[in-house]
Amino acid sequence: MGISIDLTIVWAFIIAFAVFAYVVMDGFDLGIGILFPTIEVGTERNRAMNAIAPVWDGNETWLVMGGGGLLAAFPLAYAILLPATYPLIIAMLLGLVFRGVAFEFRWREDRHRAFWDFAFAGGSLVAALSQGMILGAILQGVTVVDRAYAGSWFDWLTPYTLLTGLGTVAGYALLGSCWLIWKTEGKCQEHAYRMAWKAAFATFALMAAVSLYNVVLRPEYADRWLHPKQIAFAAPIPIITAFLGIWLLRTLKQKREVLPFWIGIGLFAMGMVGVGVTIFPNVIPPSLSIWDAAAPERSQIFMLVGAGITLPLILGYTFWAYWVFRGKAIDQAYH
Amino acid sequence: MFDGLDAIFLARAQFAFTVSFHFIFPAFSIGLASYLAVLEGLWLKTGKERYLDLFHYWIKIFAVAFGMGVVSGIVMSYQFGTNWSVFSDKAGPVIGPLMAYEVLTAFFLEAGFLGVMLFGMEKVGRKLHYFATLMVALGTFISAFWILSVNSWMQTPQGHIIGANGQFLPGESWWPIIFNPSFPYRLIHTGIAAYLTTALAVGGVGAWHLLKGTGGKHARTMFNMAMGMVLVVAPIQIFAGDEHGLNTLEHQPAKVAAMEGHFDAHPDGAPLILFGVPDSEEETVHYAVEIPKLSSLILKHDLDAPLGGLKDYAKEDRPPVGPVFWAFRIMVGLGFGMLALGLWTALARVRGKLYDWKWMHRLAVVMGPSGFVAVIAGWFTTEVGRQPYTVYGLLRTADSASPLDAPALGASLLAFVVVYFTAFAFGTFYILKLMASPPQSHEEPLEREETGPMRVAGITPGPARQGSGPFPAADEIIRGNRSGSTNEGEDK
Repeated sequence: MGISIDLTIVWAFIIAFAVFAYVVMDGFDLGIGILFPTIEVGTERNRAMNAIAPVWDGNETWLVMGGGGLLAAFPLAYAILLPATYPLIIAMLLGLVFRGVAFEFRWREDRHRAFWDFAFAGGSLVAALSQGMILGAILQGVTVVDRAYAGSWFDWLTPYTLLTGLGTVAGYALLGSCWLIWKTEGKCQEHAYRMAWKAAFATFALMAAVSLYNVVLRPEYADRWLHPKQIAFAAPIPIITAFLGIWLLRTLKQKREVLPFWIGIGLFAMGMVGVGVTIFPNVIPPSLSIWDAAAPERSQIFMLVGAGITLPLILGYTFWAYWVFRGKAIDQAYH
Repeated sequence: MFDGLDAIFLARAQFAFTVSFHFIFPAFSIGLASYLAVLEGLWLKTGKERYLDLFHYWIKIFAVAFGMGVVSGIVMSYQFGTNWSVFSDKAGPVIGPLMAYEVLTAFFLEAGFLGVMLFGMEKVGRKLHYFATLMVALGTFISAFWILSVNSWMQTPQGHIIGANGQFLPGESWWPIIFNPSFPYRLIHTGIAAYLTTALAVGGVGAWHLLKGTGGKHARTMFNMAMGMVLVVAPIQIFAGDEHGLNTLEHQPAKVAAMEGHFDAHPDGAPLILFGVPDSEEETVHYAVEIPKLSSLILKHDLDAPLGGLKDYAKEDRPPVGPVFWAFRIMVGLGFGMLALGLWTALARVRGKLYDWKWMHRLAVVMGPSGFVAVIAGWFTTEVGRQPYTVYGLLRTADSASPLDAPALGASLLAFVVVYFTAFAFGTFYILKLMASPPQSHEEPLEREETGPMRVAGITPGPARQGSGPFPAADEIIRGNRSGSTNEGEDK
């Protein structure tokens, strides 16, 4: 400790935190978008939308932090990853355009509302699927020659990436329905309980499938999970995940309102730890390590000063913004 | 279908398209956030309802514009990597941290307080809400600070060293990087542009309702405030633009030569070309209408001062002349049009006819969108004028691009065009629709309008507005039942 803190590792954790913050916070926004077609037109949809309207913009900012932070802290990883997953990135961005504008546009013209609700749902689905597939494309490895992507156009499209994409969609739907359980009541909440139940099973199945596929995806991954030296460290991850899954189902049965959402976040946290175990210290498997891709120390220090000051403030006022809009969405009548 | 096109050209076209669309929204939201802060401040200070009405009127427009700014901005944060991955790798250690600071100090600030600003007035009380409005306004300005620092560094790079692997690396200190030579000029010129753009838009809406006789005191207040702003700021902007031009002449003389349409060097006084058709092939300006020696007077403050021309540079080192030449003239022409409008309103004020002169109001309506056009034209001038480099003089655009083929870039460009024209055309339509309806006394706040019939609790007695939710009839019943439970403008 002390003088020899490796700033590259510090930045790897900051970026990982930003990505995780994005995934869970915009995850429930996108999840509500994915579930939108199943929600009754009219009051129920208005409520679901209002459950996230005051916070979605802040949630989405973590995506800019993830992307901008990657450019700043690991420029080479950014420069390789974006061309490698080009069509997915573009699809995600365009999905987010439709999703984002729908928040305001749907209120502006009654005749257009059905269209913007469709755009909200479609945009959310496309963005979620793309994000999951980008994760899969990273995990399965990227061909790099001379500091540049050297694979072909469709390397990102494999059965594995489809699986990670669908897993992300299911996971987001789970978070979205758990958020609705917390923030709504009555009919909307009952519907959310049913959706959470379905989404939970889909998430478990796809998480398990991705995990098993992972072990055979690349030879070195099998070592990381199954090697005798590793297994004591790696085995708790699936065990804790399974425990969380069972606990989630119990809380849903008991009609708990707040706990399912936090357990959902716990499931995502375990997924994130699993990704870390699989690839660390690479940022892009199989061969680009965080140190290969890192910005020089001067850039790291300069940003760390800013991040050290601002991140606590950001977390503080983000918490405040959530606190202001606490309680059921239906009770947010302003009086 | 895109095989015949050059991948670099498509990458540039895509970036130009996405950034031009994006730039419109921040130019509006920087100014509008500040205008909203002024309105809310005036309301808190004077207690006059019309300021609160105008606040509620403009915040609906702000919400739509801000949403479009956010989604088009997220695209930008990834366009660097998708289209210019070599540039990202090479310049990332220098510009990346500045952009990270933009996210940390600006984007989170705006987004974190936006929800409270839009929906929270009755939840947090007046003072805290005003604080949230100020934070959003501050965030928009801080955002401009960082991103213009990045852009200025690309125009006038300094403070870096070149690493062994060809990367631009930060030097001893970050100050020369952040405060590079063109940054102060660009920040002031662009910042004022945002305020001027908003003033013209607000003034145009005010004038529209004055002409239609619909807006009453609200339209008068809007028009009065906006035209006062234009009168003060338009001359300052012309001065700031001139200073910015002198700075460009010092650091990027080829860009100024393209703006002026000077192919030949003029050793003893260069003419100001008012109009003409530049021809890069023949290296001349056809049909030029010019005033002798005026360009030297403007740029060097001396009639006989020598000025260089584009022929001083190898052809492959020159920016494209046509777009720079035309965009510059559009910007300057509109700038003087804004000045004329400001002066006309000054005369009307002196005569006590600010709310009476119809032709002046018509001009204000026509000039309503002129700020947006001028901002885009100015952006084209400076960005196309930076070519053929991404980092001026050091990294060529052709050496900055991603390893992508023309069909991939062409297909995504097409997708961007379709999606942007769909989404933002609707957005513009909704904004125009909001602008076309006059501000009301007891203008309904955004949060009530968006809560739908079931969630409407405290509705103001007074002129009811139809159709805020999907079931206007139900809305009316609830209005009737609950009216009086809250009185707008009363402190909680």
